[in-house]
Amino acid sequence: MKERLSREAIAMRIARELFDGAVVNLGIGIPSLVSSFAPEGMTVIYHTENGALGFGPVVAADDMKEMADIDLVNASGQYVTPKPGMCFFNHADSFAMIRGGHIDITVLGVIEVNDNGDLANWMFPGRGVGNIGGGMDLAFNARKVIAATEHTTKDGKPKIVKQCCVPLTAPGCVDLIVTDIAVIEVTGKGLLLKEYAPDWTVEEIQALTEPKLVVAPDLKEIQLL
Amino acid sequence: MLNKVLDTFDQAVADVPNGALIMIGNFAGPGGTPYYLIQALSRKSVKDLTIVANTAGGIGLTLDYNDHRVLFENRQVKKVIASFPFSTSASRPSAAEKQILAGEVELEIVPQGTLSERIRAGGAGIPAFYTPTGAGTVMEKGKERRYFDGRPCLLEQALKADFAFVRAYKADTMGNLVYRGTMRQFNPIIAMAARVTIAEVDQVVEPGDLDPDHVVTPGIFVKRIVEVKEDPGFPRHLERSFRVKQSLSNGEMG
Repeated sequence: MKERLSREAIAMRIARELFDGAVVNLGIGIPSLVSSFAPEGMTVIYHTENGALGFGPVVAADDMKEMADIDLVNASGQYVTPKPGMCFFNHADSFAMIRGGHIDITVLGVIEVNDNGDLANWMFPGRGVGNIGGGMDLAFNARKVIAATEHTTKDGKPKIVKQCCVPLTAPGCVDLIVTDIAVIEVTGKGLLLKEYAPDWTVEEIQALTEPKLVVAPDLKEIQLL
Repeated sequence: MLNKVLDTFDQAVADVPNGALIMIGNFAGPGGTPYYLIQALSRKSVKDLTIVANTAGGIGLTLDYNDHRVLFENRQVKKVIASFPFSTSASRPSAAEKQILAGEVELEIVPQGTLSERIRAGGAGIPAFYTPTGAGTVMEKGKERRYFDGRPCLLEQALKADFAFVRAYKADTMGNLVYRGTMRQFNPIIAMAARVTIAEVDQVVEPGDLDPDHVVTPGIFVKRIVEVKEDPGFPRHLERSFRVKQSLSNGEMG
């Protein structure tokens, strides 16, 4: 078995998509790790659905007693730290930011994603129920949607598929797919393989991907830093 | 003399009838949830309620705190309108989840931005609006589609409530409210969307004590105010929080 990137490494690669002044909303799971890897000195303004912008990192386990405040949480319910310049607002304003195109980047988890950029990530597999939360508004309306995921399911089945079989979060929303073996751009004319994890070949990545991959002329190894 | 301040939470919810539609301030944790108003409602025999809230209670995302899940456990709810209705843990389904799957409670699941805008619209006198969110998904079922700038959008209806249970930080006796941090979430918009809005607050102050520039919810939206007088079940700081208390007393809080 070839080595795949860790969840943290996927988050590190996604952090390279951040830019100075970017307004960013991170979903739960791998996406939530991205903020740990924002480049030093870069100002990234994090947005959370429950009405805060510009807050600091999640409270560390050791600081819980001192820092955890039930009135300062992110969309995952995690305690976050205060930061000079942060602000609070109500839920309708929060989604005005999302729907109004004021969120530059959102990073979302994946159950299935296809070559058209259709994303399915809200229905729990095997449970027949799901939570939509704020993910649907983000997927439809953020300026750039990055899908963060392991390339295959726990059973080894492709998560990048020809057709999504579970209910969609949004059709045609994903711009970039970052997995534990590849970075793939959704171009509107299919999937463009841009980067590969160390030691992985195009053929091996294609074998774990249902739709046909177009190989970028400047294909390169994933750079994490 | 205008007096909105009541002594007890039980008084504040005394006239909630069977079949009422109630909006509850709620997100992913105890912050901003009107705990004592919910508890008071759970002590009444009122039933067939429709609950509008972000969750259906007991989602298990953070701490195992007591929220409006108690209304489902008491079988007081017939319908819930929510964006995040199910427990995050498959092994610990909430009371609402069991009742929804058994067909005992009706669920209307709504994307969170659509839910908040439907509430905002309800308070603002806008009967319906178009949003791109949900077009081409299961959310489209039964809704009118129209294109704006070439983009498909869905017609969504405003939501109004009989009662809104709001959690705020401070109220003056006129009903003007200020919030603290992320407790704000849905509270200011549900305050505007209900016929009777009841605010549960840490502190009631006199008119003039709140800076008018800092007021978030204008007092005309608030009909009743109750101050949390007992040792609050949801203090601000984890060191004094219910979880620590819980582990100390080895019992359940509230």
